[in-house]
Amino acid sequence: MLINIEGLEFAYKSTPVLNNITLNVDGPQFISIIGPNGVGKSTLIHCLNKILSPTKGVVSIDGKNVNDYTLKELAKKVGYVPYTSTDIFPLTVVDTVLMGRHPHSRWKSIDNDLEIVYDTLKLMKIEHLAMRSSDELSAGQKQKVILSRGLVQQPRILLLDEPTSNLDIKHQMEVTRILKGLCKEKGIIVVMISHDLNIAAKYADQIIMMHEGGIFAVGSPADVITEKNIKVVYEVESKIIIDEGRPHIILRDEPVEIDGSIDVEFKGRTESRTSITTPV
Amino acid sequence: MEVGLSSLKEDYRIYILRKTVFMIACISVALLALGLSVSFGKYEIGFFESYGIIIDHLRGIEPADEMKHYIVWELRLPRAIMAIAVGAGLGIGGAAMQSMLRNPLADPYTTGVASGASLGAAVAIILGICLIPSLTGQYAIVVNAFFFSLIPATIIVLISKYKKTTPTMIILAGIGVMYIFSATTSLLMLIAEPDSLAEVYIWTVGSLGRASWENIPLVITFVIIGIIIIQTNSRNLNILAMGDKNAISLGVNALRTRLTLLVTIAFLTAGIVSFTGTIGFVGLIAPHIVRIFLGSDNRYLVPASAALGAALLIVADCIAKEAGATGLPVGVITAIIGGPIFLMILLKMRSKAWN
Repeated sequence: MLINIEGLEFAYKSTPVLNNITLNVDGPQFISIIGPNGVGKSTLIHCLNKILSPTKGVVSIDGKNVNDYTLKELAKKVGYVPYTSTDIFPLTVVDTVLMGRHPHSRWKSIDNDLEIVYDTLKLMKIEHLAMRSSDELSAGQKQKVILSRGLVQQPRILLLDEPTSNLDIKHQMEVTRILKGLCKEKGIIVVMISHDLNIAAKYADQIIMMHEGGIFAVGSPADVITEKNIKVVYEVESKIIIDEGRPHIILRDEPVEIDGSIDVEFKGRTESRTSITTPV
Repeated sequence: MEVGLSSLKEDYRIYILRKTVFMIACISVALLALGLSVSFGKYEIGFFESYGIIIDHLRGIEPADEMKHYIVWELRLPRAIMAIAVGAGLGIGGAAMQSMLRNPLADPYTTGVASGASLGAAVAIILGICLIPSLTGQYAIVVNAFFFSLIPATIIVLISKYKKTTPTMIILAGIGVMYIFSATTSLLMLIAEPDSLAEVYIWTVGSLGRASWENIPLVITFVIIGIIIIQTNSRNLNILAMGDKNAISLGVNALRTRLTLLVTIAFLTAGIVSFTGTIGFVGLIAPHIVRIFLGSDNRYLVPASAALGAALLIVADCIAKEAGATGLPVGVITAIIGGPIFLMILLKMRSKAWN
């Protein structure tokens, strides 16, 4: 089992964020985590690479509790690409991406590292920017640089926190296609948080839909992205059409009406909702 | 545009070579300034004559002019060496602080570390109290300065660990601590004996006038240890500058690295402040000037900031020695000259070395 999460809970002081999450991932695949803002998506992936320590529960990578890994050992197995990366003191693209070799590094970087960096930049189609300073790049180019840094870590699991949020549609598809290809070619698990449900639906093998700190649904895009699930989790009306076997969402700007009563159990309380009106 | 691997390798090689050349240039300027500074001062002794005196002393030849020998060997040379060591220490401390706290305004002074050291020194001088009671004299000052400088360093660590802080908040906290410590030092000065008052005053403005062959080895030891630890962590500093989440995900223990570096900087600053007082601006501007020419890669920024800090301080001290009727404390010169030069560079270069 590559990723094994048992009864994971996390709270910021007294505010619970993640509630009793259990999840197993046993082989290379493209997983997309979706859910509204503040639902705990980033917190969940931060618990996988020791950025955060769970309040309760166990997270194992490759059969070993993450707490038993040193940070450097874990960084060889798990790569992470943040939503944004601040560059108060910018470096060149090549130096930024070379940092991804840190978990594998010896005292100084060698030619081999430069070759890995070059191959990754070429894959991302930004090799011509290699010697540019990162503050001279557009937001989308910067995002590709940080993504490249995660890739040169050569991890078995790659965690991505909205890696395509600054990219236009063409580049979003291009990058997601590359990530999907990496799952197959390199046999890695890609876990990507995404707010773009159509991108997630188009490329993901599995989708994890989160709601109020828990996992609401897990499965193939067609199983998870349904009109009913979207209504409960995002509180919006939508219409789903199936294109090439995958769902495609069309959002509808109308008040949400939930038929009858849907009970959502979480944090020891039960909420009963009958009608939620979307502001116009 | 197609860029091949071999051309990237070549570009990268040239890029590293350029950094190395700049670093060597900074070191050369510092050594040249060291050479020139020996012949600077109110008492006129020519450049070649100064070196004649030094060479004669090293060869054990009896000095022809006792006065000139005393000025060059006992006053100017130790002062110049002290300037190099202190400038290097301040430059490296500033570079490490800025990257570690991800703040261009950070240096041992703006984070309160130097004011902590100053207060520690003032407690030893005025009240005669040392945290290790068996120690007296210069050692008592160094020990107090070190432990007091750990207070703001600890506050920085605690703030960044337990609160969701921005880099600006850390500096504001440092400035807050700096004011408290400076006010306490001023309070102590009110009750001080005239002799200790003069000594503490020199502390608050910063001077190299007390450099001697006795205290140089200690300062050099502090600076060399500081440089080794900070340079060893220079790659980690690059990663820390990208934020804690990035650091952890790349296998760097952000908290432990920051702690190691803060204690090292406290140790380095205490060692410097105990002998020279608070010399401002060098730690702040040296790394920024280097960044304009060299970029922000700490593997090169750290040693180059040390070299440029040394060069800046020794030049400032040459001016300090010549200024006024009896010379001025170097801290005054670094602040008066350093500030406008920094603003000028900032406006003229329009560099994007900072965001």
